[in-house]
Amino acid sequence: MFIWLVASGLTLIFGVLGVLNFAHGSFYMLGAYFCFTVLRHLGANFWIGLLLGPLFVCAVGYVVERFFLRRVYHLALPYQLLLTFAFVLIFDNLVKIVWGAGSLSPPKLDIFGGAVPILGRKFPAYNLFIIAVGPLVALGLGLMIDKTWWGRIIRAASSDREMASALGVRVPVLFTSVFVFGCWLGAIGGGLAAPYVGIMTPGMGETIIIEAFIVAVIGGLGSLKGAFLGALIIGVLSAFGTRYFPTFDMFLIFILMAAVLLWRPQGLFGGAR
Amino acid sequence: MKNRIASILLTTLVLAVLVCIPLVSGRFTVYLAMRVMLLGIFAVGYNLLLGQTGLLSFGHGAFYAAGAYGMGFFWLHLSPHPLLGIAAGILAAALLALLIGFFCVRHTEIYFAMLTLAFGMMVFSLIWNVRGITGGDDGLVGIMRDPITFFGLVKIPIQKDTQYYYLILSLFVLAVWVVRRIRISPFGLVLAGIRENTRRMEFAGVSVRNYRLAVFVLSGAFAGLAGSLEAMLESNARPFMAHWTHSGDPILVSLLGGLHTLTGPLVGSLIFVAMREIVQRFTENWMLWFGVVLLVIIMGFRGGVVGVVRQLAEKARGPRGG
Repeated sequence: MFIWLVASGLTLIFGVLGVLNFAHGSFYMLGAYFCFTVLRHLGANFWIGLLLGPLFVCAVGYVVERFFLRRVYHLALPYQLLLTFAFVLIFDNLVKIVWGAGSLSPPKLDIFGGAVPILGRKFPAYNLFIIAVGPLVALGLGLMIDKTWWGRIIRAASSDREMASALGVRVPVLFTSVFVFGCWLGAIGGGLAAPYVGIMTPGMGETIIIEAFIVAVIGGLGSLKGAFLGALIIGVLSAFGTRYFPTFDMFLIFILMAAVLLWRPQGLFGGAR
Repeated sequence: MKNRIASILLTTLVLAVLVCIPLVSGRFTVYLAMRVMLLGIFAVGYNLLLGQTGLLSFGHGAFYAAGAYGMGFFWLHLSPHPLLGIAAGILAAALLALLIGFFCVRHTEIYFAMLTLAFGMMVFSLIWNVRGITGGDDGLVGIMRDPITFFGLVKIPIQKDTQYYYLILSLFVLAVWVVRRIRISPFGLVLAGIRENTRRMEFAGVSVRNYRLAVFVLSGAFAGLAGSLEAMLESNARPFMAHWTHSGDPILVSLLGGLHTLTGPLVGSLIFVAMREIVQRFTENWMLWFGVVLLVIIMGFRGGVVGVVRQLAEKARGPRGG
């Protein structure tokens, strides 16, 4: 489900801006770190951390888009990819400087400490909470894109940038806001994931970004529904993969990704755009 | 004409310096020079794909690893002859590139990059997980540098670093020369045409897909050469050679030096290795500074270092008539 949050931001940014953001994993990582820094220094309320932490990440994302990314939209693809890659290097290292190279363990959460029995088995409450959050965010995003004014503009700009701009949409501002929103999703993912995974390391962004790429690609780059289903598929597949073919779990996933790219490059659920 | 003389002079000078390095400097410099040349081979071959044809691959680490492991297996199971081992490494990398490229060249742009990334990581996870054959995360260790023999007649030892240095140097010069020939050959011109205008090349009767595949295999072979040489230099082959972060190295290097030139990746390799060593003296966080430099290059100097130097040279020469 964290992968879904990261992948949704990634796919949203790609769908609207046309930029594949390598730095998205770093936003996820920053989200986790910021959340728990807030937690540690401003008293121990998880919700406030989850609210404030991603806001910091949004500010970082704003700077990245407004002052750097915006100037390379007209350039060839390698430059855009490498620009975000440069930010991966910078962020990973900054995190190392600020929080140390070792792994940190986020404080345990009291509210979700217990376990809930379902069908005779006990499930940790926090896991259930996360399982609930994923579909809720999906639902909210879907409603936002389909029903609201902002969502309509996003759809318009992603299907025809020039036309939208001719009709009076301020595309650069929209791009910035979508990018910042995508960062927020990634950061929320990081903030939620940290207590579940139990450790935070400066390299955590690099691991998640590849998985998020896979999810976004399988579902279809730019398609939110696809990203959600892609995350489910990958989750189930990797669970079964680890259970039955422990040697080949990652291998299987990459095979799936390559196969999808070959047969349906627009993704399993991406419409023909 | 003046330009030509200057470039010949410069080439001779660089060669002379490279030949003299082991004679005058310490072991560490020799080692660094070898790393620069390995990265140079990797990047100059890779740049055939990125700079010349305009395809961005994120999976060339896989071919690098194929070279290293190909060399390693050959050494372990067949014969300790270094040149044959290198040939085996190149062959392994080229075959792998043929297989992967066959699928990848169907797409371009972002999908090509993603596909190469997927295949590259597939190779990485295979190497990582099949412990019985590849040694898992330990890699293949203990690859020795046996002397090069020709039918038992001539014996050239390469055991010492200074001796091995000359093997790398000669292969490096050979590789750069070959790439140079490819770039100015009709084949290379077609590749540049594909970069500039794919559709027009198709109309001109060029089978774009086959050309893409050919250059993919070629650049894979160069990666294999670099990989097999590194396997001998470090006497091991590691799974992280195939990881996508390693595939990023030649891209960074090409960009650093200058994308569409032959000298760009070479200058870039020199700067990359030198920067890593120098900055590491002062701070652990060299990647941060590297990221910043990368940022500056992308934002301001897209010709890379070579581009900037060329501009300066032209400015110094003054405005030319015509």
